[in-house]
Amino acid sequence: MTPTVQTHSDPDLRSAGLRGVAADFGSDQRAFKTASWGKAMMWIFLLSDTFVFGCFLLAYMTARMSTPVAWPNPSEVFALHVGGQDVPLILIAIMTFVLISSSGTMAMAVNFGYRRERSKTAALMLATALLGATFVGMQAFEWTKLISEGVRPWQNPFGAAQFGSAFFMITGFHGTHVTIGVIFLLIVARKVRRGDFDEERRGFFTSRKGRYEAVEIMGLYWHFVDLVWVFIFAFFYLW
Amino acid sequence: MVEIPAGSAHAVPAAEVEDMELYHPKSWWTKYVFSQDAKIIAVQYSVTALSIGLVALVLSWLMRLQLAFPGYFAFIDADHYYQFITMHGMIMVVYLLTALFLGGFGNYLIPLMVGARDMVFPYANMLSYWIYLLAVLILVAGFFAPGGPTGAGWTLYPPQSVLSGTPGGQNWGILLMLSSLIVFIIGFTMGGLNYVVTVLQGRARGMTLMRMPLTVWGIFTATVMALLAFPALFVACVMMLFDRLLGTSFFLPAIVEMGTQLQHGGGSPILFQHLFWFFGHPEVYIVALPAFGIVSDLISTHARKNIFGYRMMVWAIVIIAALSFVVWAHHMYVSGMNPAFGFFFATTTLIIAVPTAIKVYNWVLTLWRGDIHLTLPMLFALAFIVTFVNGGLTGLFLGNVVVDVPLSDTMFVVAHFHMVMGVAPILVVFGAIYHWYPKVTGRLLNDVLGHIHYWVTFLGAYAIFFPMHYLGLLGVPRRYYEIGETSFVPPSAHTLNIFITVMALVVGAAQMVFLLNLIWSLFRGREAGGNPWRATTLEWQTPQTPPAHGNWGKELPVVYRWAYDYSVPGAPEDFIPQTQPATDGVTREIMA
Repeated sequence: MTPTVQTHSDPDLRSAGLRGVAADFGSDQRAFKTASWGKAMMWIFLLSDTFVFGCFLLAYMTARMSTPVAWPNPSEVFALHVGGQDVPLILIAIMTFVLISSSGTMAMAVNFGYRRERSKTAALMLATALLGATFVGMQAFEWTKLISEGVRPWQNPFGAAQFGSAFFMITGFHGTHVTIGVIFLLIVARKVRRGDFDEERRGFFTSRKGRYEAVEIMGLYWHFVDLVWVFIFAFFYLW
Repeated sequence: MVEIPAGSAHAVPAAEVEDMELYHPKSWWTKYVFSQDAKIIAVQYSVTALSIGLVALVLSWLMRLQLAFPGYFAFIDADHYYQFITMHGMIMVVYLLTALFLGGFGNYLIPLMVGARDMVFPYANMLSYWIYLLAVLILVAGFFAPGGPTGAGWTLYPPQSVLSGTPGGQNWGILLMLSSLIVFIIGFTMGGLNYVVTVLQGRARGMTLMRMPLTVWGIFTATVMALLAFPALFVACVMMLFDRLLGTSFFLPAIVEMGTQLQHGGGSPILFQHLFWFFGHPEVYIVALPAFGIVSDLISTHARKNIFGYRMMVWAIVIIAALSFVVWAHHMYVSGMNPAFGFFFATTTLIIAVPTAIKVYNWVLTLWRGDIHLTLPMLFALAFIVTFVNGGLTGLFLGNVVVDVPLSDTMFVVAHFHMVMGVAPILVVFGAIYHWYPKVTGRLLNDVLGHIHYWVTFLGAYAIFFPMHYLGLLGVPRRYYEIGETSFVPPSAHTLNIFITVMALVVGAAQMVFLLNLIWSLFRGREAGGNPWRATTLEWQTPQTPPAHGNWGKELPVVYRWAYDYSVPGAPEDFIPQTQPATDGVTREIMA
């Protein structure tokens, strides 16, 4: 057993690559030397949430493969009638574009947050929230359209009943994630704008000092929600 | 390896993060009720879990009364019987054992054993308990809801769980059960993230992962598993709620019920079983791994010997955790899934016996030539080993497809899982309570009452569950309200059933002795002092007993050695606390 030595606070002494990982895990106090408690917690939560979405998607795929009635063709169901012809998946494509773009503004917000540029950070977070809200709005439009065409959780005119069930459940669950993200984006943006993180103002509930890292932790969640959408897009709409 | 600068071989690194800023409660309410102190939260979790466990105990009495004296108790009709079974199972597995090991012991022991002031996010930790309490209340509400609680069996298999033939299926019962589980999972996630991050990122100076007591390793690994396994149950519950409320058909195929064609079709009941057991099997180890960890520490401390093969023990815990995610379908050999799956899952199931056997051997080798003190924690630890080996061996029978098929859904299965994940972990719970009660309250539990509790519980549990193996081999099915006249069940089996019931009532009564002991000793127990067991781990080195808010006073502890320096040759005492620096010749670090 190698006695514990102080290697982590001195960057020159930290080994790179797998040896570094092994050394960090073999050390005291912290296994992830650069991650704060909040960041570590968010990462582990996202791992758990990955399993939630993974189970939803696997359950959907099982249902799709085992149902005796034919599965509806997504390119037809999700087509919009634009300019006299059906354009398949056009709305989903725009929604995906909007959500991916919001990841871009989020990343910029994190960057400006670490430069302590309050107004730019807050503005970019607001932009992210706006894009997120746009996404949810378009999703509401999509739901309305399908419902008006007779798609219900328990039946639909296009084929297997599980299509509607899985659609509303999975997009609904993802949409809830986006909505929660938008709410927290607005909360954190307000804190940034008010300067809470500069003067280490205490949280209303937790009475802990706020730090600019909250922007980055918010960003982790937001990118995760985007990434999940990519999988939903691929497995539900493109399959 | 990392280059070690000369002269710093025993230096302890400087603190990497500044000392945690604690929330200081201002009123009685925030100090004892809405407390953010992990120790208070632990007691809240434990008391709630034990209370709901008492309900489960009474339910098991009622079930046994029906099995021994069918028809004698008019108020136990078939519906009630199924409701008792279901609630007993779900309460014991989720609301008692999971909550007690992770929420109770986890909250109390993790911060103390790794040398932290508290969990990393005390506020979320507090929410975790209150959400857990809400889940328990929703569960209990089932008893008072129209139609009573669900009677679907604790596995809640569809389609029967949502049909009108099952108690609560077309009533409130199943809805409350599913809602309660969803709420429980949300609450648990808040606590679980705390436990994991505290272990990974909140340890004291000098506390490396490989110096942690095995208790922390067990709870930590189980929590990681829970964070990955509960999502499957969450998803299954959401989908079944939709099936029941919105009329979707995730789990429901086309069904004719009482001559009526239901508005369902195309769903897969097997899908639910896969989701449920992807949670359900890891759940067995979520309960077992904390027990493994705790029992290792009890044995080492009370045999005054270092744990044999510490590293092996840690890796066995990790490997068991990983393997437990790829064995789930051994619960489904008779479900009608693809038979080729059975071969794969039988193989992985038997492989899990290897790390488990390593642990059992290491416990025995720790005891070997140890200075064994037959204190109550040690007695319970010994009882655990015997019981766990017994339950593990019948697991080998049930893990094999060809042996499982005839034994499936008989009392043999009931005997197996009660031995291995019912009685065995609960014996550890008792051992752990006798061990740590002095730290929580400052007083020792009464020894005489403890011995009565121990012997009746240990021997009584065997008297209950050992004959059940025989009943199962005869072919007595589980979950039957009454068997009636059958050609293959001899009358002697009925006599045996009465014997089992009488023993169940006796063992249940012994738990009242335990509860009495808990309350009596709180006021009249012998003063324990700070370290009654002369143990090495950090929780026994706190400046106050019971530990004050913040655990450590002004200075955080610094760790210089592993948790098992017992009977070190040449040392003045037979234990060296983890906080004792290397000053003399006897401080070499012994590691497997």
